[in-house]
Amino acid sequence: MVNRIEVRGLGKAYHNRWLFRALDLTIADNSVLVVQGPNGAGKTTFLSIMCGLVAASSGGISIVLEGRQLSQGERRRQLGLVSPELKLYDGLSAVENLEFFSTVRGLPFSLPRARELLALVGLGTRGRDFVGNFSSGMKQRLKYATALWHHPHILVLDEPTSHLDEKGAQLVEQIIYEQRGRGIVVLATNEPREVKFGDQAIVLA
Amino acid sequence: MFAVTTLVAISFTLAGGLVEADIAASLLWIIFFFSAMTGVSRSFVQEEETGTSIGLKMAADPAPVFLGKFLFNAALLLSMAMLVVPLYLLLFNLAVVHVGGFLVTIFLGLVGLASAGTILSAIAAQSAVKGSLLTVLSLPILLPLLITATNATRTALYGGHLAGIMTDIAMLIFYNGTVLAASLLLFEYVWNE
Repeated sequence: MVNRIEVRGLGKAYHNRWLFRALDLTIADNSVLVVQGPNGAGKTTFLSIMCGLVAASSGGISIVLEGRQLSQGERRRQLGLVSPELKLYDGLSAVENLEFFSTVRGLPFSLPRARELLALVGLGTRGRDFVGNFSSGMKQRLKYATALWHHPHILVLDEPTSHLDEKGAQLVEQIIYEQRGRGIVVLATNEPREVKFGDQAIVLA
Repeated sequence: MFAVTTLVAISFTLAGGLVEADIAASLLWIIFFFSAMTGVSRSFVQEEETGTSIGLKMAADPAPVFLGKFLFNAALLLSMAMLVVPLYLLLFNLAVVHVGGFLVTIFLGLVGLASAGTILSAIAAQSAVKGSLLTVLSLPILLPLLITATNATRTALYGGHLAGIMTDIAMLIFYNGTVLAASLLLFEYVWNE
């Protein structure tokens, strides 16, 4: 497989208590991995290790694209994350948040693309409003716009439909479907509706 | 605001009396130090408290993040100095003997406060006891800077051998270079768990 994510002997411990250990799996291109488990099992931690936000206690996760293992910097450019723990800048507008993260990524900012993404996530008329005035559902939608901005190969979703209404949940379903067609999706959830997206599942306990 | 308030309060307390060389120089750097701890320390703590650090970690390489924060903090402290220093000289009725040495010392000292304060803020932001940790960490790291800058400021204000200031300035340059280089090397490990 030219594009894949390899998990080898992965383990994470906090204060001598192992959340999980000896995890081995391969996530193929054009597939969705669902990570399940009870509260505190380590689902978010697993995703954080994948994104390079948290160091593993043992083993590791390799991301291979075009047959080559990515460095940490390259990994950052190929990952998009939506998570309850990820917060956007309340003092900036939706468009300004997209512009900031685009600039920080070293990418040119395009207002038409920003409008296109905001329209996709249902925030087409709210681009100039401060994020601090958004509802939790609107912030969640903006996180998707931010995560998709740089066309990541891998989309990492933690509780993907959190704070979203029915239309929002359908939007997430569409995003996951389209992302599967061009890359990989890794999502952590216990929602039955979201579990059915998976081609592959692991249960952390 | 803290700096101006402190200056005015001390000025009223002294009621126009003469300030001894050691005290005058120390006062200035005490004001700079606490202003830095108030302002610079928020660099990374605020990102952690508001949860925006994760988005930043996902989007940016560590080095540009550190440099951006450092440059902002340096600009902040230097802007503050442009208000505080003239007020300080006016309120304490001081005349600078070695103007060039005085200005270079202020510049290098504040850049040093900014660089050390930025990395210390990044370290403290990862801890549960942010404020306390920052205070404890800052003393041993900043003490060489503060002693050297105070020494150079005293010489610049009240006269003395120019060679003395040059030695202190060389020390400040060495300190800044060392702290900045070490910070750039270490920041990635501080920024990512």
